Amino acid sequence: MAEERGRAPGAVHVDGEVVASKRVGAYRHLTLTAPGVPERFRAGSFVAVTVAGHVARRALWVHRVRASSAFGPTLDVVVEVRGSGTAWLAALPVGARVTLTGPLGRPFALPRDAVSCLLVGEGYAAAPLFPLAERLRERGCSVSLVVSAPDESHLLSALEARRWVRSVTVLTADGSVGRRGHVADHLHELVERSDADVVYAAGPAAVLAGAAAAAERAGAWSQVAVEVPTACGTGLCHGCPLPVVGEDGVDRVVRACAEGPVVRGDRVRWDAL
Amino acid sequence: MSARVPGPVMVAAGCGGTGRELEPYAGPEGLDGLDFVTRSITLDPRSGGPGPRIAEVPGGLVNAVGLPNPGLEHFLATELPWLVRAGARVVVSVAGSTLGEYADLARRLSRAPGVAGLEVNVGAPDEDGAGLLAVREPFHAAGVVAAVRREFPTDRPVLVKLRPDVSRVVEGARSCHEAGASAVVVGNAVPAAFPDGRSGGLSGPAVAPVALRCVAEVHRALPGVPVIGCGGVRDLPSATAYLDAGATAVQVGTALLHDPTTVARLRAALRPTAHPPAAEETP
Repeated sequence: MAEERGRAPGAVHVDGEVVASKRVGAYRHLTLTAPGVPERFRAGSFVAVTVAGHVARRALWVHRVRASSAFGPTLDVVVEVRGSGTAWLAALPVGARVTLTGPLGRPFALPRDAVSCLLVGEGYAAAPLFPLAERLRERGCSVSLVVSAPDESHLLSALEARRWVRSVTVLTADGSVGRRGHVADHLHELVERSDADVVYAAGPAAVLAGAAAAAERAGAWSQVAVEVPTACGTGLCHGCPLPVVGEDGVDRVVRACAEGPVVRGDRVRWDAL
Repeated sequence: MSARVPGPVMVAAGCGGTGRELEPYAGPEGLDGLDFVTRSITLDPRSGGPGPRIAEVPGGLVNAVGLPNPGLEHFLATELPWLVRAGARVVVSVAGSTLGEYADLARRLSRAPGVAGLEVNVGAPDEDGAGLLAVREPFHAAGVVAAVRREFPTDRPVLVKLRPDVSRVVEGARSCHEAGASAVVVGNAVPAAFPDGRSGGLSGPAVAPVALRCVAEVHRALPGVPVIGCGGVRDLPSATAYLDAGATAVQVGTALLHDPTTVARLRAALRPTAHPPAAEETP
């Protein structure tokens, strides 16, 4: 299948501003201005944000970009508080300045033709699937979206997406909303039922590995957005190893931030991750 | 020795990617004229260590990246020509597990077009873990320098990067200088441990006072030996601290991971003709 992909057209290191901050369930959604970043963004690329008092930066998925707003172009990121750095980010007030670099990494490859696509995501890491769904719909693709989480508070809402995707399936491990269950246990069924030509996945490694395997079995392509902790996000430090097998069949370790974060699911050596 | 010692601002080994990743942030000149120390190159390709390779600690990073690199052959065919075309003054960092490997690297790099100099990586924070030649004593380091110097033209510099261990660094610098090093880089990452006890190296602002002391001691004892300061350089004050202590140049490493534009800003600020900036600040 012919696919369009490639590097995001250049990243920039800029000062931006928090223009909105909203608690949604367990997460904090920040809307940022970042001159030049929304314009260059492609679904699956990410941003690295500088955190006061920290040397390492925080890599964040982009949940949405707006080409125009009262503040000009903006981007939305989803922050899950895991430590002092993400706590600092989540506590940023509206009007605070932020320094960030982006868009970084290789985005999702988009099919040239109007094919059928299944998008599977879990937790906050499902964020890049939302802008992806918009791009796919623009291309006339039929999009089925599966969002999942341990519970409702960790689920990214698919309410808005319902308007422009063919179907939405919601799964929570505790059954607080949607079907009860772990998405990783239902991937074969979901892929079979969707009759997808391409499976896109974003979330923890188990979900990505399952999606890649299910796609392989169904004869579909898979594109997965891998989350490996990275210190810089720019490819400079070689600190985020991603074990893959190359087109030539040779095992390699690439940088998740620079050669990823989106890679073909069948290229990842999941057992070595 | 007439070899030109690079500076005043250099990219430290292992913090500039392959060069391509730095280019978008390198300012209007790009990499043109930039003294760029490559990641350490070994004879054979290395995929590097397992993850997590980097942990954040207060004031710095602990890393055990494991010198991932494509090996000399591939480096000569791909990364080096790209850097040369981009106009970088390429200083190749070399690492080996034997003296013979260091000598081989130096010999083959001496014939490669565009190599401006070498930096001998000795005193890496976890030599055993990285499978490198163990350099415990000054004469070990001097032996490596001599092996490299013999194979590399004297009109181009051979730098040696030493461990910032204040009790040994003067002796190490003296031995390496006598063995033919054009300048000493002080220093490498400080031997450290990850929170889970694995061996690694500490870098970043936390190590700046340690490396600064080492630079000052070396310069005091060996005023004729060019010293390059490396450790926690992130803005004009941290760079000028090294220059004031006698360093002829500084290398920027970890700061690039925090702000990839650091080298561009420092190059502009430290340009010989530049007006002294009123206040240099870093986010």
